[in-house]
Amino acid sequence: VLSGKGGVGKSTFSALLAHGLAADETKQVALLDIDICGPSIPKMMGLEGEQVHQSGSGWSPVYVEENLGVMSVGFLLSSPDDAVIWRGPKKNGLIKQFLRDVDWGEVDYLIVDTPPGTSDEHLSIVQYLSAAHIDGAVIVTTPQEVSLQDVRKEINFCRKVKLPIIGVVENMSGFVCPKCKNESQIFPPTTGGAEKMCQNMNVSLLGKVPLDPQIGKSCDRGQSFLAEAPESPATLSYRNIIQRVQEYCEQHQLQEEKIM
Amino acid sequence: LLAERTNLAGVRHILLVLSGKGGVGKSTLSTELALALRNAGKRVGILDVDLCGPSIPRMLRVQDSAVHQCDSGWVPVFVGQDKAIALMSIGFLLERPDDAVVWRGPKKNALIKQFVTDVAWGDLDFLIVDTPPGTSDEHISTVEALRPHQLLGAILVTTPQ
Repeated sequence: VLSGKGGVGKSTFSALLAHGLAADETKQVALLDIDICGPSIPKMMGLEGEQVHQSGSGWSPVYVEENLGVMSVGFLLSSPDDAVIWRGPKKNGLIKQFLRDVDWGEVDYLIVDTPPGTSDEHLSIVQYLSAAHIDGAVIVTTPQEVSLQDVRKEINFCRKVKLPIIGVVENMSGFVCPKCKNESQIFPPTTGGAEKMCQNMNVSLLGKVPLDPQIGKSCDRGQSFLAEAPESPATLSYRNIIQRVQEYCEQHQLQEEKIM
Repeated sequence: LLAERTNLAGVRHILLVLSGKGGVGKSTLSTELALALRNAGKRVGILDVDLCGPSIPRMLRVQDSAVHQCDSGWVPVFVGQDKAIALMSIGFLLERPDDAVVWRGPKKNALIKQFVTDVAWGDLDFLIVDTPPGTSDEHISTVEALRPHQLLGAILVTTPQ
């Protein structure tokens, strides 16, 4: 899960994608947070304060559900306010350890949440996972041009490193007032939003998710927004997007099996 | 060493705009702060050290500008009719605006050092340094390169959640 831009909802989306996929109890889901400076996943998954245990087979992920395991630098800090002030090479070292030393077991889906940008973390994860064949990237944006200009760079990054793009998610796409039901564009799509960008760059638009204050609240409280607000239009959007991601992965797997 | 002193010697105050978090409004605040100080009659410069996602050029409508070299280094882009805001950003060095800057730390550090020491700012009342989210290469390098100079302080930006 990528974006050129910060604060557009990558971690929110990663967390909800993990919950959505893990709703099928027959699937094993792993969520890996490689945002080393600003790890949001522990809080969003209600796992703040959890520690990582070592065993003979490596580091144990922290489990939210039996079939949903999480790993983040957040679990390695003695205090949540400790700043991780590391240069690139040290961050790369930890990412390598996360991939090599975490005992995930058999996993159906590994979701990797990334920090904003196109730097060490992104290069490293693509490099280290190249042998494992990444299915693809979901790119998150918000409607305004200031976000899109960073996201276009991210799309070009994916193309440069030959990372398939599953599609783009437009977050914070409109706000419906719960009182008067009028819709406002809080982040107006002055240059056509993600829809126009996707057309221009020939990538799929997976969906648009409206702003819902409950999303931020659920994230702060470490709860699944999909479970807390099942009737919200945002939940419907997220569920549709998650389904499209699932379909993409299933198709991708079929294609791989055909080749083999 | 002489060039270093010359390029930042005329800058009275240096402010860093920081946040751990992305998307909270650092670049927006940096831009508005620069404009407000300009309107109060101050000479202002903005140094945009967000190498992966430089937002300031577009916010000041100079995204199509280019930078030139002079004897003491790079000439910043001057914004507006009155040319009262000077701006340096990697955005001006890209061949195409959608080109991703896919650099690892050491390469980023080298450019940031150049941005701090090799831009001919001239006389400024305020130099505002806009940063990317995080606490990594860009932040460490910027603070290290600015250390010999008059660093006023940091403004931290957040949102409520």
